[in-house]
Amino acid sequence: MTLKKNIIALRQKKALVQMGGGKKAIEKQAAMGKMTARARILYLLDVNSFHEYDLFVEHEERNFGMDSKELAGDGVITGTGTINGAPVCVYAQDFTVMGGSLGLKHARKITKIMDHALKMKMPCIGINDSGGARIQEGIGALAGYGEIFYRNTMASGVIPQISVILGPCAGGAVYSPALTDFVFVVENISKMFITGPNVIETVLGEKISQEDLGGARVHAEITGNAHFYAQTEIQCLNQIKELIGMIPHSNQEKAAKIAPKKPTFNKNLENIIPSDPKQPYDVREVIFALTDESKFIEVQELWAPNIVIGFGRMNGETVGFVANQPMYLAGVLDCDASDKAARFIRFCDAFNIPIVTLEDMPGYLPGVDQEHAGVIRHGAKMLYAYSEATVPKITVILRKAYGGGYIAMNSRHLGADFMFAWPSAEIAVMGPEGAANIIFRKEIMEAEDQDAMRQQKVDEYIEKFANPFVAAGKGYIDAVIEPMETRELVLHALEVSQNKDDYRPHKKHGVPPF
Amino acid sequence: MPRNNQEFVDFAVTARKYKTMLTKKYKNRKAWVDPNPYEIQSFIPGTIIEISVKEGEVVQEGDPLLILEAMKMQNRIEMPFTAKIKKINVNVGDRIPKDMLMLELEAVEEVENC
Repeated sequence: MTLKKNIIALRQKKALVQMGGGKKAIEKQAAMGKMTARARILYLLDVNSFHEYDLFVEHEERNFGMDSKELAGDGVITGTGTINGAPVCVYAQDFTVMGGSLGLKHARKITKIMDHALKMKMPCIGINDSGGARIQEGIGALAGYGEIFYRNTMASGVIPQISVILGPCAGGAVYSPALTDFVFVVENISKMFITGPNVIETVLGEKISQEDLGGARVHAEITGNAHFYAQTEIQCLNQIKELIGMIPHSNQEKAAKIAPKKPTFNKNLENIIPSDPKQPYDVREVIFALTDESKFIEVQELWAPNIVIGFGRMNGETVGFVANQPMYLAGVLDCDASDKAARFIRFCDAFNIPIVTLEDMPGYLPGVDQEHAGVIRHGAKMLYAYSEATVPKITVILRKAYGGGYIAMNSRHLGADFMFAWPSAEIAVMGPEGAANIIFRKEIMEAEDQDAMRQQKVDEYIEKFANPFVAAGKGYIDAVIEPMETRELVLHALEVSQNKDDYRPHKKHGVPPF
Repeated sequence: MPRNNQEFVDFAVTARKYKTMLTKKYKNRKAWVDPNPYEIQSFIPGTIIEISVKEGEVVQEGDPLLILEAMKMQNRIEMPFTAKIKKINVNVGDRIPKDMLMLELEAVEEVENC
């Protein structure tokens, strides 16, 4: 009998805490167009799979009237569950409890679930919706952030870490997402910045809205801080489920293999790419023609669109794609594109995902802004990431592969395992016009009709060098292939690379040009 | 992604022009301007709290021009080389943005030292 009483008391206590900040605060959350922290977790995880821990954790602050304040779960919900059967750790900040503010105990709940994820080797998903540090707790809040960042760093490259920004995430709080592998944002809901509009206006006199300063679109398109952009929370949570299904759950395993399927995209590969190297096309169509069911999860779609990165499956196995996109900025490499690709390559390498590189680019973007923004240092990240990667690395040169960009895009010289080139490939030290201008400068200058002579020399150069056969003749290209053979050959390359073992000199860690 | 052909522009990479689209970030990039040593610009947004010179005055290299308060710091802006103040575009109390042209200078004719 007494036990029954205890059980009823437990249920009541749980029900009370599970109401978070209470009915009024929940109504306010809904009025802002936001789901509650609990509803988000329940939607994200498989039905009945969520198990919560540390529900009764209480803060210990005694100053500023905090001693009389009870904060449900200290403003954060933590637990474990499954996404389509895959175990994950999850935490969600509860904005209805004192604005989701982060105090020491709130942080300790997060670090506890992170430690669990790292030990049990499963992905950790953090849903951020917090006004920031709980100022009443002073340095305790800062300690909390620091302890989270430390764990983000320790877990990096061991388990996938996902950050979901479903509300404000300001000040120090932004650095946890920045340290994680994938950041998800939602239009009108996500707000991320180091210093908000109020501080900026007071200190600097610059007026800007939260949305224009650090809204979802800004981070998806301008800063590159976000990897996935959605219109609604539901769309965002669905994107996470899809991604979790595509990536390995720790660095000790490969992504789950599913039944192989044929591509459904039925446009002939030979007709996608214009033979004129100056004409654009959408390189994603080439990816669609290669992947199972023509499915492709694009990462950072809006930022630096001159390079396309993302995941697809080939014969049921997850592959990472890096492809120049001639549709934007002619597919050049620039600071942002190099940053974007380099980080993605390192993710793939850390998590045993083979990399397929599709190359068609005219070189690095010229300009004072690029040089002064450090395109040397940023561009070097790509060289570093490709050279360092030990997963199977396959390159298909579709069309242009000029100069430094040819080296950077997973060339043989950086350790590519397989180099294929279409007959349309042009592998050369630079574009024919530029090369002819330099090599035949004297002839052109001395000619009666300079333009005619220049054109003649350009044509000669194209005839002799704008093809894959010079590189193939030196063994830098393993096979010149027909476009329609691409999927078959890449699949074969992946198959024979299953047991790839590549040694690196012993070191604590490298020093990449961050 | 728009497939409208009119979106494509000519985009020069080295000696060749490619048909392609531009990104918002690329369109919004700042064009390079050769710095003019006779123009004193604000290096940070802030408030002018003191002006120590007048128009027409010749100021020696290293002498204070004005104080620009920003981020709770009083930044003393000094004369980069001896020259005449041609124009002052700010007043005490003005809150100014970054890269604002605060002072314009004019070369002084070489005065022969005895």
